[in-house]
Amino acid sequence: MAVSSRNEATRGWGNLLFALPFLSVYVWLLVYPLLAGIRLSLYRANLFGGEHFIAFENYVRLFRDGTFLQALGNSLMFVGLTVPVLVLLALMLALSLNRATRFAAFMRSVVFASSVLSVTVLTIIWRQVLVPDGGLLSHFSHMIGQAPVAFLNDQRLVLPSLAVITVWWSLGLPMILFLSALQQVPRSVYEAAALDRATPWSVFRRITLPAVMPAVILVAAYECALQFQVFGQPQLLTQGGPNGASRPLVLYIYETGFNHWDIGYAAAASQMLFALILVALLVPQAARWLHAFLKGRRA
Amino acid sequence: MGNSPKNQVAETQGLEFRAVAKAFDGNRVFDGLNLTIGKGEFFIILGPSGCGKTTLLRLIAGLETVDGGEIFLNGRAIQNTEAGDRGVAMVFQDYALYPHMTVAENLAFGLRNMGVPAAEIATRIGDTARSLSIDAFLDKRPGKLSGGQQQRVALARALVKKPDILLMDEPLSSLDPALRLKTRRELAALGRNLSATMVMVTHDQVEAMTLATRIMIMHDHVIQQIGTPLEIFSRPANLFVAQFVGATPMNLLSGDLAAGEAGRAAFRLGESDIQTQVALHDLPESTAWQLGLRAEHVALTTPEKPHIPATVDFVERLGEQSWVHVRLTDGSELVATETGVSPHRPGDRVGVRLDGAKAHLFDVDGRAWHPEPA
Repeated sequence: MAVSSRNEATRGWGNLLFALPFLSVYVWLLVYPLLAGIRLSLYRANLFGGEHFIAFENYVRLFRDGTFLQALGNSLMFVGLTVPVLVLLALMLALSLNRATRFAAFMRSVVFASSVLSVTVLTIIWRQVLVPDGGLLSHFSHMIGQAPVAFLNDQRLVLPSLAVITVWWSLGLPMILFLSALQQVPRSVYEAAALDRATPWSVFRRITLPAVMPAVILVAAYECALQFQVFGQPQLLTQGGPNGASRPLVLYIYETGFNHWDIGYAAAASQMLFALILVALLVPQAARWLHAFLKGRRA
Repeated sequence: MGNSPKNQVAETQGLEFRAVAKAFDGNRVFDGLNLTIGKGEFFIILGPSGCGKTTLLRLIAGLETVDGGEIFLNGRAIQNTEAGDRGVAMVFQDYALYPHMTVAENLAFGLRNMGVPAAEIATRIGDTARSLSIDAFLDKRPGKLSGGQQQRVALARALVKKPDILLMDEPLSSLDPALRLKTRRELAALGRNLSATMVMVTHDQVEAMTLATRIMIMHDHVIQQIGTPLEIFSRPANLFVAQFVGATPMNLLSGDLAAGEAGRAAFRLGESDIQTQVALHDLPESTAWQLGLRAEHVALTTPEKPHIPATVDFVERLGEQSWVHVRLTDGSELVATETGVSPHRPGDRVGVRLDGAKAHLFDVDGRAWHPEPA
């Protein structure tokens, strides 16, 4: 017994060798910069040197900074606009395209095709659609005798416009993930439900939805993390304007660090974003635990 | 079928197929299929993979639609009825349990959809669970159960609905051999106690022989023979059935017919005549004949005359009996059964004695002719 457990322990350390290449790069490129960033956020630091310790002063300053608070609000709003729509739309697409017809296969490719575009191409395409001066939508406005809408220059429309663009761009991957979850359910289970006189709604509620639920939670968490980091679309289309109405946190951090050279302050804002994403990742999982816990208590 | 008007009510209780046709992508699977299964029968459809037996089951269940003809269940035409309204329950080959419901919820799902009152659902689940010994894990999800337990749950989910007809698609094929034997015996007991008609599909002839009240043998989407297990075994309708049923395929030898004693046919095999009990005057003209003989009616002796000389090819020893594969001088092969462990070794020279009284004759179309009953 003692010999075998010792063997297992040594083997365990030997196995670690295989993970070492990954772990070393992970520590070097992710863990170290994270810690360095946390340290930096406690300093007043300029991009060209000269840093001195100021403890939490950067953080205090952030909460008095109207521009930061606006960016924080924009980011929350952007995630709130994109993630639920992405999850619902991708789920509906997956449900309707989960069949073995040629048309469904073609439509799956069409939906996924937008995902392969780079953010640069994406913004070029959508600028052609949205600009009031000769854009695609402006033609329709003229057709019905209306003045074209300046989607990207209107403080109330700019974030929803960016959200639409982002949903269009990001729909492919969630749809594929949902499709693969749907295809895990054998056809015979649906046939058994047909013999059990199940209505389409009870089939969805009791068979399909539970099967895709893990994928829904994964996609929601992943998209939250991703959309909190939105940068390319506002940077290339609006530069955060008009009046900062489309400036999300990453754009704020970028401008503070690299335009104003205030990297200690930018690092503090980065830590706030990091905390925000961490919470967003845990929320769906926590909701699931709570649901299971409450269900367990009721039983 | 021309004289049977549409929507005519069938007289028969049980299940009846009338001129049922089914095609997939233009390929005809069934054409004018007629079949009657009596109420309370344990009817088994036996055939090799791809012979259309599962399609037949799915037509009854309503998971496939017929392209023509009618299906009656207890006098009611059901071919256009929704699957859930046919009074049919099915045990799927992969069980098809609802993975995110507990065993109890799996059983209750269909009953709730049928509008059965909650109190009755509880009683029915309790009774069914007890009779199939699954009451210990009613709260568990199917994923936590072993294959055998899942199989019981699948059966319970079908039985709890008290169907008019219970369909089973290869229900034992995913079980390991020991469990399969045990479950097969339980199914046999179920068949005796259940008033519902049972239709089961299998490719395993042992299951068919031991469980069925009647067997239907299918090959290439065509019914080969319908009969009791004993009829199928002792009077196979044709070459396919003779070769498909039995622990080892029926031995076949080619030769000529001759007149034998008492109006019975004799079969000329090289220099020896084998006297059969098949009436000669019944036999049609045929350009070729084959003699069919089960392995247990081939005996091995010493190679002297009048026995047919042969050489042992190889021996399969099963424990309680052995199958000795021998080759005759003309190259044709035979299997003989010996009880216990055979002493023969490959290359041994032996003599073969054929029990002509048990022999069947097959004409050039593969049709079988049997010995007259004694």
